[in-house]
Amino acid sequence: MAEPMRIRATLNGDVADVRILMRHPMETGQRKDAKGNIVPLHFIQNVVVAHNGKTVLDAQWSQAVSRDPFLGLRVKGAKAGDKITVTWTDNHGDKRTDETTVAAAS
Amino acid sequence: MMATRRSLAALALCAIIIPLHAQSTPNGLAIGRKMLAEDNPGELWLDRGKELFFQKRGPKNASLERCDFGLGAGKLEGAAARLPRYFADTKLVQDLEARLVTCMVELQGLKREDLLKTAISRPLSNGSDIEALALYITSRSNGMKMNVTLDHPKERETYKAGEYLFHRRAGQTDFGCITCHGQADKRIRLQDLVNMTDKREIQEVVSSWPAYRGGHAVVRTMQWRLYDCFWQMRQPELEYTSDVSIALTTYLHYQGNGAVIRVPGFKR
Repeated sequence: MAEPMRIRATLNGDVADVRILMRHPMETGQRKDAKGNIVPLHFIQNVVVAHNGKTVLDAQWSQAVSRDPFLGLRVKGAKAGDKITVTWTDNHGDKRTDETTVAAAS
Repeated sequence: MMATRRSLAALALCAIIIPLHAQSTPNGLAIGRKMLAEDNPGELWLDRGKELFFQKRGPKNASLERCDFGLGAGKLEGAAARLPRYFADTKLVQDLEARLVTCMVELQGLKREDLLKTAISRPLSNGSDIEALALYITSRSNGMKMNVTLDHPKERETYKAGEYLFHRRAGQTDFGCITCHGQADKRIRLQDLVNMTDKREIQEVVSSWPAYRGGHAVVRTMQWRLYDCFWQMRQPELEYTSDVSIALTTYLHYQGNGAVIRVPGFKR
């Protein structure tokens, strides 16, 4: 499995502010290495965010998204203790799933 | 043809009248930078740094828990805020990275030459162990104020050396650090230059290293930043944890005392 994500979900009323950091090279397929060879296309194609098992975001990404991408979203109707699960899949078939619990507002 | 030339001249005049300020929209840039700094990819190295700190490694199969960063063995909270400082066991003024190398050699039995060689990772790599460790250890001082003291004579000596070096003009360009970093509102090409004689600006610097360097996609440290400055100014290569690097770090950190540490920072 690929490198773990960092997910933070903090409550603001009934809206969970979710911040996700992913570790991924997100190669555009245009870059050349030191020898002059093209570094192959390698990017996250799909990101799914679920709230207590229900999909709240399903994103189609392209190689235009930067290396080590950050994704932020707000989930309405969240409570402290709810589960936020994030899954990404890339064009090599690699997958990564991580989850966190919504933390109460501090 | 005449009409075009006149209107072009009028346009040129207008352009001259409107002053070109590097900081003409400081709020806009500051907001953008703040957004980039929050939740930056550097955080992905924190867990790795923590793991490396507590893991038993090297020929001596030991963790770094007994490393003294100045506040006693294993005490990390607030340690980075007091560095560089004098250490009685090495009889040297050391910054965080120099102290880390000392501990990795003494406690874990790792080879000093290997550590110095691999401390700075290649861009777009996974980063080095030292980069991850330096970030983790500094992050344990997050929220605390930089508080470098110069009680020990060697600390004062090192500070004075740093101050001298900062102002010393050298190399092909005959520039000192002060040349580019001694005035407000200057930039090199499109990169704003930090005015290190301004309290607020130097505090911004010392509070944000180690940082994720966007263009390199790895975490970079203060040792790297100084090394890179020397490189770009065509000075001789600044050796990792050399006396010169520690003198400059001592000077800069002391100037930035009071800064609230917040790492990982985010750089271009």
